Amino acid sequence: MDTAESVVDKKGASGPFHVNNGPSPRGFHGNGSCCGGGSSPAAPEEAHHLHRGGEDAECNGSPAKRSRLRRRTESVKRNRPPFPWFGMDIGGTLVKLVYFEPVDVTAEEEQEEVENLKSIRRYLTSNVAYGKTGVRDVHLELRNLTMCGRTGNLHFIRFPTQAMPRFIQMGRDKNFSSLHTTLCATGGGAYKFENDFRTMADLELLKLDELDCLIRGLLFVDRVSFNGHPEGYYFQNPSDTESCVKKTCTLDNPFPMLLVNIGSGVSILAVYSESDYKRVTGTSLGGGTFLGLCCLLTGCETFEEALEMASKGDSTNVDKLVKDIYGGDYERFGLQGSAVASSFGHMMSKEKRDSISKEDLARATLVTITNNIGSIARMCAVNEKIERVVFVGNFLRINTVSTKLLAYAMDFWSKGQLRALFLEHEGYFGAVGALMELLKTSEDP
Amino acid sequence: MINQFFTCQSCCQCQFKGVGKTRASEIPTLTDAPHVARARTLARRARSVRASPTMAECGGLHSGSRRHTMDKSITLPPDEIFRNLENAKRFAIDIGGSLTKLAYYSTVQHKVAKVRSFDHTAKEATSDELYEITMQEEVTARLHFIKFENAYIETCLDFVRDHLVNTDTKVIKATGGGAHKFKELIERKLGLRVDKEDEMTCLIKGCNFVLRNIPHEAFVYAKHADSEFRFQTTQPDIFPYLLVNIGSGVSIVKVESEDKFERIGGSSIGGGTFWGLGALLTKTKRFDELLQLASKGQHTSVDMLVKDIYGGSYGSLGLTGDLIASSFGKSATADKGGFSKEDMAKSLLHMISNDIGQLACLYAKLHSLSRVYFGGFFIRGHPVTMHTITYSINFFTKGEVQALFLRHEGYLGAIGAFLKGAEEDNPNQYSWGENYAGSSGLMSVSPDMNPMQRARSGTFDMLEMDRLERKLVNLPLLQDASSYIPDTVDLTEDALAREYWLYCFEEALDGVVKRALASQPDIPEAAERAEKFRQKYRHKLQTLRHQPFAYGSLTVRSLLDTREHCLNEFNFPDPYSKIKQRENDAALKYYQKAVQSLEELSWEERQFALVRGVLAGNVFDWGAKAVSDVLESDPEFGFEQAKRQLEERPWLVDSYDEWFERLKGPPHKCALFFVDNSGVDIILGVMPFVRELLSRGTEVVLASNSSPALNDVTNGELQILTESIAAMDPVIRAALGEDRLTLVQSGSSSPCLDLSRLDKVLAMVVRERKTDLVIIEGMGRAIHTNYYAMLSCESLKMAVIKNSWLADRLGGKLFSVVFKYEVPAAGIDSPALTPS
Repeated sequence: MDTAESVVDKKGASGPFHVNNGPSPRGFHGNGSCCGGGSSPAAPEEAHHLHRGGEDAECNGSPAKRSRLRRRTESVKRNRPPFPWFGMDIGGTLVKLVYFEPVDVTAEEEQEEVENLKSIRRYLTSNVAYGKTGVRDVHLELRNLTMCGRTGNLHFIRFPTQAMPRFIQMGRDKNFSSLHTTLCATGGGAYKFENDFRTMADLELLKLDELDCLIRGLLFVDRVSFNGHPEGYYFQNPSDTESCVKKTCTLDNPFPMLLVNIGSGVSILAVYSESDYKRVTGTSLGGGTFLGLCCLLTGCETFEEALEMASKGDSTNVDKLVKDIYGGDYERFGLQGSAVASSFGHMMSKEKRDSISKEDLARATLVTITNNIGSIARMCAVNEKIERVVFVGNFLRINTVSTKLLAYAMDFWSKGQLRALFLEHEGYFGAVGALMELLKTSEDP
Repeated sequence: MINQFFTCQSCCQCQFKGVGKTRASEIPTLTDAPHVARARTLARRARSVRASPTMAECGGLHSGSRRHTMDKSITLPPDEIFRNLENAKRFAIDIGGSLTKLAYYSTVQHKVAKVRSFDHTAKEATSDELYEITMQEEVTARLHFIKFENAYIETCLDFVRDHLVNTDTKVIKATGGGAHKFKELIERKLGLRVDKEDEMTCLIKGCNFVLRNIPHEAFVYAKHADSEFRFQTTQPDIFPYLLVNIGSGVSIVKVESEDKFERIGGSSIGGGTFWGLGALLTKTKRFDELLQLASKGQHTSVDMLVKDIYGGSYGSLGLTGDLIASSFGKSATADKGGFSKEDMAKSLLHMISNDIGQLACLYAKLHSLSRVYFGGFFIRGHPVTMHTITYSINFFTKGEVQALFLRHEGYLGAIGAFLKGAEEDNPNQYSWGENYAGSSGLMSVSPDMNPMQRARSGTFDMLEMDRLERKLVNLPLLQDASSYIPDTVDLTEDALAREYWLYCFEEALDGVVKRALASQPDIPEAAERAEKFRQKYRHKLQTLRHQPFAYGSLTVRSLLDTREHCLNEFNFPDPYSKIKQRENDAALKYYQKAVQSLEELSWEERQFALVRGVLAGNVFDWGAKAVSDVLESDPEFGFEQAKRQLEERPWLVDSYDEWFERLKGPPHKCALFFVDNSGVDIILGVMPFVRELLSRGTEVVLASNSSPALNDVTNGELQILTESIAAMDPVIRAALGEDRLTLVQSGSSSPCLDLSRLDKVLAMVVRERKTDLVIIEGMGRAIHTNYYAMLSCESLKMAVIKNSWLADRLGGKLFSVVFKYEVPAAGIDSPALTPS
């Protein structure tokens, strides 16, 4: 393991940004893996301790230690990219933006800070909504995080990809290009909108692969923990609605893991290490399908609306169950009567079509899409011989119906072999990964 | 596997309520369900089936009996549908969501031509004839399968009851989701006890049965290829395979042996999802209409493609821009009024097909299976879904796995249910053959594909299978049974050849009719039957012109076989019997002289003369139009004349020198000779050749047809001929006595030869005798089929090309000679067959 010193000395090799500014000997010498490129994750308790309270640590300690620290920070500072620090993931439906707000700005720095940089910071941190559709997920904010030698808060913002032109417009209005920052972007939109950024806002994007970013961001957030709490969770007793409870967990020894990213569509990756992974398969039946079908079937307009309706509906009015066909279980094949035999199968009959509610339809759509993802993920896990399945992506946002159903499906169909894990920052890992790339690239002179 | 949809919910006895209402109340409109319109058309043409009391009662329940009279008049063309009901037994029924499949077993009595040696001691020979031909009634077993819309179920049950004469059947096996809804109706109508069988078990049993017994059962669908249907050759071992049944939901079943199968997975996103969700999205009720909508739509306005997200492709993952990233992904954001029904249906079709294809691939990979068959109502006869599923499988397996479909997929459940009920008859110990005369063929009820046929039989589709007397197996001498393809040219793919041969067979039809009539001069109703034969075969040819894929790959062999089936259908079992008899008699008289003149030759000269003799004999062929013209116009066309007609060496294909060299070597252990025509061919061509082989010390097995086809010599005839020759010729006599000359039947009744379907006894003899030479003679057996067949021992293929078109194609001319002597490449291992 690297010591803090060696991190400083070998920063070129290990990456310059630090999740950990704690000077405590325990922190540096005990863990050491404080770099984005680090190899093993910190134990949750320690990480929690280490990631906070950097400032007072700077003022304490022996002179020798202080001087060592200064040397480190300065050397890092030399290669630090200029503020503002953004990471952006432009998906098919949503743009995910993470913004690092430094809280350790010195007076001297503040004086030097240009006006539009200040205004960006103020705008982003003092609002929770931007325009009609932009939202800051305040509850996800990672506080007092140290990255690249700076302490600050990591903000999580999202807005519809449709609003991308207005966002670029804003970048031009705020004269973003004068800040000479590199805008790191991943997701398909990084490619699709590259030219718009260039021509409209005079901005060059650093385009990053979305799966690289996803994995890097995910491992990072898990490592730094969620403000002292574990980032991950699972459901205990997923097969029993009564005793099913959410339990937190960290991804200790995360590899290999099957990573199922449910955005508009779904990508399924087998991850063996931070850099060694493959995309196993994907499906076009994802969050976009749920929302798209819900909009067509119920006339709703937003994901929140669709989920709200789904939470009130009953899919068994829409789906044909095994017992609807066989009167009970289909024992010959070990199929329970309550299993869905045909999604939307009742809708073949006109009477049934006329008698169902929008809520039922929304629920059936949600259940259909979720079960299908679960089924494909399970098959991939078996084929790849991986027992841990991690579900991420914004489809799971505020969507306990799906997370519980996935947990149940994994457990039931694998007879307890597979466990479904979820992460609190569901859809933001790509953006975090992009930000980390920004901090990494800046090390190159 | 799961069914729904019955028009008449209020009255389970009357399936015609919906139909009746529509008809009574309104003139036809475009919104009529197709089956309603069809029912109406049928009604107009119909002769009425006697109304049953039950129907009258039922009619009383719905105000006014008038419309029920009309309903009742939905009539079946009785000479085609539900044939042979008189002897029917062992019924089975499979009632699906919209179609009913009825199966029964019957015995068919038909005439067969038998030859019998005159008992010369008992009575004075009144003629010069060597043997007499008698027409005998023979009983063969046949399986009948009829598929019709559920709307006709009551009419059909009535019809069956009315025509069921003589049966001690008590039970009807039933399967399919609709079985329980119609249980009471069936029991009441037929007086049979309904015995339900598990759907999946029936499906698998049926699938095994068709894969084993019907050549070209499975096919690959290629929408944009020259021929959409690419039929697969029958595999010697059909197991293991994956069956993906797409009904309302999807079941994925791994089949490992006749009795061992397991549902390894499934999905709730299936045909019911397409139908249900499609109905909600497009307000279109019928499944077929939804598919039609889908086939016209553009999914790109509804789906979010990779390029919608990336602006192009996602290069690092190899995902092209046109791939769907998110099904319906655009419908959340775009203006909702902007989507057409067609586009949404198309998007839905892709979504469901891709999803099923993906799951199927995951399961195939997990279980290391490469044969994946798709079935269920989602697939059944729908090119649209076969195409999307095929596309999906290709995409997800990168072409490693091919999606396979089955010609008789719709019948699997009924076949399986039938087999369950017939276990005591041991149907699986026999070989069965598809009867081309009695089967409708693929896509017969697809309205836009074959309007003509549709008008004839309405919505009724049929499959008939004959039980073959003997079990058929592979020739053990095939180099690779799994890659063996009997036919030289696939007319499904070769449009030019197809056109020619269809024309050729149509041209020859008059002659065949004439010949058939002439074979039964004393039977007055023969003319009527001959005319029916003409119509039936002409109709088959017309069908094949439009749908060359109707019975699997179209080949010269299948055209010939279809003609034989049609002839048999109308009781012309052997139109050439008299001609064969006459020619056999004539040729026999010349035998001794022919042998004698050969004896006078030197050994070298004799070997060549023997080959020329076989070839010249082969010119005598009524099956070839060019020759039958000559034969008919000039009966004096003699053997010597035929020799003069032969092409001089070097022949078109000429490996005589190699053969001659081989003859200088040690004799073969045993030769298997597939013979061709009667008369000069067998007697003056083949027999002297056989005689020489015997003299060399080679045992000979003569394989001839089990039943008649054209003027080919049958096993029965050959027995008599050989005895007569033995009486004249001590060499043949000795060989027969010492069992060095053996006659076996090939198991075939075709002018062509399928080496993968041969009589089990033949295969046994071939093995026992350690056969090391196979001789195949004649155009049908050595050129139309088997020209490229690779054997594991030496082989000799001899034929004279008696068709100028074919000669032209092969680069020769009329009466060009093919003499193909082949020795398997070194290293081909056939330990069991090589004398050591």
